[in-house]
Amino acid sequence: MKKILLQGNIALCEGAIAAGCDAYFGYPITPQNEVSTHMSRRMPELKRVFLQAESELAAINMVLGVSATGKRAMTSSSSPGISLKQEGISYLAGCELPCVIANVTRGGPGLGNISGSQADYFQSTKGGGHGDYRLIVLAPSSPQEMYDFAYKAFALAEKYRNPVLILSDGYVGQMMEPIKISNFKSQISNIKKDWILDGCAGREPRKIRSLLMADGELEAHNWKLNKKYETIKKNEVKYETYNVEKADTVIVAFGISSRVCTTVLQLAKKDKKKIGMFRPITLWPFPEKELSAISKKVKRMVVVEMNLGQMVEDVRLAANGRIPVDFIGRPGGAIFTAEEIYEFIKKRI
Amino acid sequence: MNSLKNGFKYSRPESLKPSRHLYCAGCGHGIIHRLIAEVIDEFGVREKTIGIAPVGCAVFAYDYFNFDVTEAPHGRPPAVATGIKRVSPDKIVFTYQGDGDLAAIGTGEIIHAANRGENITVIFVNNANYGMTGGQMAPTTIIGQKTLTTPNGRNPHNEGYPIKVCELLSVLSGTKYLARTAVNKPAHVTQAKAAIRKAFQNQIENKGFSLVEILSMCPVDWQMTPHDACNWVENVLMKEFPLGVVKDIS
Repeated sequence: MKKILLQGNIALCEGAIAAGCDAYFGYPITPQNEVSTHMSRRMPELKRVFLQAESELAAINMVLGVSATGKRAMTSSSSPGISLKQEGISYLAGCELPCVIANVTRGGPGLGNISGSQADYFQSTKGGGHGDYRLIVLAPSSPQEMYDFAYKAFALAEKYRNPVLILSDGYVGQMMEPIKISNFKSQISNIKKDWILDGCAGREPRKIRSLLMADGELEAHNWKLNKKYETIKKNEVKYETYNVEKADTVIVAFGISSRVCTTVLQLAKKDKKKIGMFRPITLWPFPEKELSAISKKVKRMVVVEMNLGQMVEDVRLAANGRIPVDFIGRPGGAIFTAEEIYEFIKKRI
Repeated sequence: MNSLKNGFKYSRPESLKPSRHLYCAGCGHGIIHRLIAEVIDEFGVREKTIGIAPVGCAVFAYDYFNFDVTEAPHGRPPAVATGIKRVSPDKIVFTYQGDGDLAAIGTGEIIHAANRGENITVIFVNNANYGMTGGQMAPTTIIGQKTLTTPNGRNPHNEGYPIKVCELLSVLSGTKYLARTAVNKPAHVTQAKAAIRKAFQNQIENKGFSLVEILSMCPVDWQMTPHDACNWVENVLMKEFPLGVVKDIS
């Protein structure tokens, strides 16, 4: 198959376009400005909607409007901008409106810096906005996956009527690699949408809302959401493993950290050390059963994250005290060398 | 003119559901809902209308209007309307917003939707306080007006001045029609309906952004009888917010 050289942020756009994204709304913020720049050209070419919003609040609510009509919408931003979108994300989740949100993360807290970072894991997987809800969270580690996951995100969003978050980072967003473009036409099957607002011709009027004031109504709605989340947990967990079968130490890393750790695996192979790697692709639903099973077979896990220890909490829950779960992290947009990770692991085995 | 002699029947517009309003006695929302419903019926666009309900007293608008309605976070209806209208230009899209929703927390959204000249209709209900939360100061609360959070009356040195939304938006090139009306007496109700009609007609004719501000009564939070509330609109509120067409380049 033909390969083309694309930057991660542009690959994200093209994946969304391939999925039939009808409208994109964004607000400038580094390191994801290539997304709105590219979309401002490509979307009008395709007679689709591009609009630079006046704020992140407006952008996510424009997405809400498009989604309410059953059309496909995407917004993207970077960490501080994603914080601003959380109000809208909570409403989208409560109203069960599908959409795709991409976070090309940067260092935090506050304005932080513009390097890639993995410090938004908690925000992405544990809520972010108010209320009991979940997002499906996909963590790409390459421009190829930016393309593939953007495409996949729309399918998942519509299948479950739920917002999907692509948790990327400034490194993956800015990186250029050859990628395979499967097909620029939408292959997503058109699911029948009996909930959309498209005018009440020939049917009863519909309403989209998250305000449920009647006695017991909101609790029932939350249980219904929970049932959906349980189905997602059952069906949609995605991960990759490298040499886990023969390993006595398993690295757990997602996104850009997992790319660095592939070099660690090569260093370990040279030294005949039995190190493997587990890469969660869906951060929610988290591959807890799979990690739990691995924790029964290996001696140690080492979680590698570009933050001060966020996913490590989920890995420790999965391991449930059976084996030591070590952590090595670099916060503030710093990135590891493979050597420093390898030295850290060697000291512990 | 219809008359009882000719068999005129005052009936419910099709665009209103036969549900009981939960609005307080003497509240203006019921009248305004009816005016919108009548206009939508008269244009025959009920089946292609999408309304956006605010956060505030009209949050349950979808229980009263007999067409598609979505909720929006507080202040964000103009952004939601933008999303809907941009992908569905054939639909009739309007927002229904109170003074807190539109002129406080949603100031950014309304200014930019207006400035882009979005082809939507905005119904802006100004009752000079936050009704649903019990009557706090709104951006449109007038100087000296006592509210839950201005117990000694609004003091401009502490709380600033009432915002005149129509005048503020009138300097933006994207706005086509801006009018201020009231629903405190029959003559004003008739004028309000004409303005709402114009604001929807502009959208149907693709003329761009129209907003109708409607001074409305909130007797419970104003701590007045419904009758006194109508008089307060006439004698006090209208002095601060004069009625009339503020801009019409449609």
